Amino acid sequence: MAFTTGSAAGARSAPPRQPRSSSARLQAWLPKLVLAPSVAVSLFFVYGFMIWTFVLSLTNSRMLPSYNFVGFGQYARLMANERWWVAASNLAVFGGLFVMLCLVIGAGLAILLDQRIRQEGALRTLYLYPMALSFIVTGVVWKWLLNPGLGIQAMVRGWGFESFNFDWLVRPEMAVYTLVIAAVWQASGFVMALFLAGLRGIDDEIIKAAQLDGASLPRIYARVILPCLRPVVFSAVMILSHIAIKSFDLVVALTGGGPGYSSDLPATFMYAHAFTRAQIGLGSASAMLMLGGVLAILVPYLYSELRSKRHE
Amino acid sequence: MNSRTPDGVIRRRTPGARVLRAVLYAILIAAALAYLLPLVVMVMTSIKPLTEITPGNLLSLPQAPTLEPWLKAWGGACTGMRCDGVGGYFWNSIAIVVPAVAISTLIGALNGYALTKWKFKGSELVFALMLFGCFIPFQVVLLPMAQTLGWLGLASSRSGLILVHVVFGIAFTTLFFRNFYVAIPDELVSAAKLDGAGFLRIFWRILLPVSAPIIVVSIIWQFTQIWNDFLFGVAFSGHDTQPVTVALNNLVNTSTGAKEYNVDMAAAMIAALPTLVVYVLAGKYFVRGLTAGAVKG
Repeated sequence: MAFTTGSAAGARSAPPRQPRSSSARLQAWLPKLVLAPSVAVSLFFVYGFMIWTFVLSLTNSRMLPSYNFVGFGQYARLMANERWWVAASNLAVFGGLFVMLCLVIGAGLAILLDQRIRQEGALRTLYLYPMALSFIVTGVVWKWLLNPGLGIQAMVRGWGFESFNFDWLVRPEMAVYTLVIAAVWQASGFVMALFLAGLRGIDDEIIKAAQLDGASLPRIYARVILPCLRPVVFSAVMILSHIAIKSFDLVVALTGGGPGYSSDLPATFMYAHAFTRAQIGLGSASAMLMLGGVLAILVPYLYSELRSKRHE
Repeated sequence: MNSRTPDGVIRRRTPGARVLRAVLYAILIAAALAYLLPLVVMVMTSIKPLTEITPGNLLSLPQAPTLEPWLKAWGGACTGMRCDGVGGYFWNSIAIVVPAVAISTLIGALNGYALTKWKFKGSELVFALMLFGCFIPFQVVLLPMAQTLGWLGLASSRSGLILVHVVFGIAFTTLFFRNFYVAIPDELVSAAKLDGAGFLRIFWRILLPVSAPIIVVSIIWQFTQIWNDFLFGVAFSGHDTQPVTVALNNLVNTSTGAKEYNVDMAAAMIAALPTLVVYVLAGKYFVRGLTAGAVKG
C-alpha cells in the first residue's frame, strides 16, 4: 500500500493509461468484489426464483416440478377453484379491516399520547410489545382466549351473563374476523409508533399559529396536523397491506385455515397446494398472483417516494 | 378555555378540562390493559395446574402456582410424534439465528460501505436491485428454494436455513447500513484515501468505530425476524432441525391425549421470551429498526 501513497494525490490529474500497481488495481476493484456476491445472490435467489416460479406456474407440475408447459392453464384452474376465491375474498375482508382498524387505533392512541401524558414512555412500551412477538405466539395465545369453552366467552358467562356468545373461532363465517382481532392487537401499536414519530416531527410554529388564531384543539388536529401526516398514513397502509398479503403464520397458528378452509388466505392456499396437496403448478400460479398484489401496492408507493425525494 | 403560558405550553385549569383529562387517561390505561391482557393470561395460565384451568376463568389468579408446565414444555411435551419438549428446538433456533444474524450484518455493513463511500457507475442501480428483496412475498421463492437447497445438499439442515435467512436478510441489512453511511461525511473517507489507506483499512478504522448504533439496529432487526420466522422454518427444516416456532405450532396442534393448556402457554412463553427480552432491553433500537425496515412485516 505504501507505494500508492505518492501517486494518490495526483491520481486525478494523472493520465488514466499510466500503468498502476496490482495492489492499486485491487483497491479499485475491491468495492465491486465485495458487492459481487450479494448482487449475484439477489439476481439468483430473488429475480431468478421469481422467474423460476413463473415458469413452474406455466407447467403441469404436481408432486415434483416438471417442465411440460400448459400455458396459462394453471391460472384458469385457479380462477375456477372455489377455495382460491374463498382465500382471495378472505384477504379482502381481512386486509381491509386490518389496515383500517390499525390506522384508526394507531392514530387515535398516538394523538392521545401526544397530549403531554405522564408515563408516556411506559404506555408506549406496552402498546408496542406485541410487535416483538412471533405471529405463531400471537396465534397460540389468541386461540386460547377465543376458545369458546375456556376463553373470553367462558369468562363472561362465568360472571353471570349466561347468554353471552363469542364463538367466532369455530364459526366458518366468522373465523376470518378472529384473524383481524389478533393481527390488529399485534400491529396497531406499531402504527401508533409511526404516527407518534410523525406528530413529533411537525413544526410547532404551525400549531402555535393556529392556536393564536383561536382554533380549538380538535379543529387543529383535523385541519392542520392530520393533513401533515399524509405520508405517515401512506407508509402505514403500504406496510400493513404488505403484512396482510403475506400473512401465513397467524392463520396456521390461530385457525389452521378452518373451520374447513373458511379462513384460508392466499398464503396458506399456496403452501397447502405446493407442499401438501402435490399441486406445484397451481401453487406457483397462486404465488405469482400474490406477487402481483404486492407489486400493485409497491409500485405506486415507490413512485411517489422517489418523486418526493426529487422535489426535496 | 386554554390559557397559553409564555413557553407555548397549553395548560388547562377549568373543571371541564380536568374531566376531559381524566377521560383521556382512562382511555389510555384501558388500551394498555387490552394490550397487556394476553400476556398476563399467558403467564398466569402457564403456572396453573391443569385442575385450575377448566373450572376457573382466564383472569383467576393461580391458587397453587407451579413450574411443572414450564418443565414439561421444555423437556417432555409432545410435538407431533416426539415427546421431548421444545427445549431442543429452542437451541435449534439459537444455532440458526446467531450465525445468520452475524453473517448478514457483516455483509450488510460491507455492502452499505461500498455503496456509499466507493460509488461507481451503476452503484445506485445495484442498490435498487438488491432492495427489491425486501418486498417480495416469500411464497414466490419457496419452491425454487426447496429445490436449490436439495441440489446444494442442504435440504432439512440448519445450514440450509442459515443460508436462506442470510440471503433474504442481506437486502435489509444493506438498506440499514447504506442509509446510515450516507450521512457520514465523505471528507473523512477521502482524507484517508489521500493518506493511502485502502478499502478494508478505511472500513475497519473509520466506519466501523462509528457504526455501533446501526449495528445494534441491524442485529435486533435480524434477530427478531429470524427468531420469529415460521414460513421458512416449516418449509425447509427437518424433524431435528426445526426452529422453536415450528415446534410450538406442532405442540399446540398435537391432538393425542388431553389438551394441556398450561403446557401450551408455557411453550408459547419460551418461544416468545428471547424477543421480549430484546424488546425490553433495547426497545429504542427495536423501534428504529421497525421504522427503518418496516417493509418486511
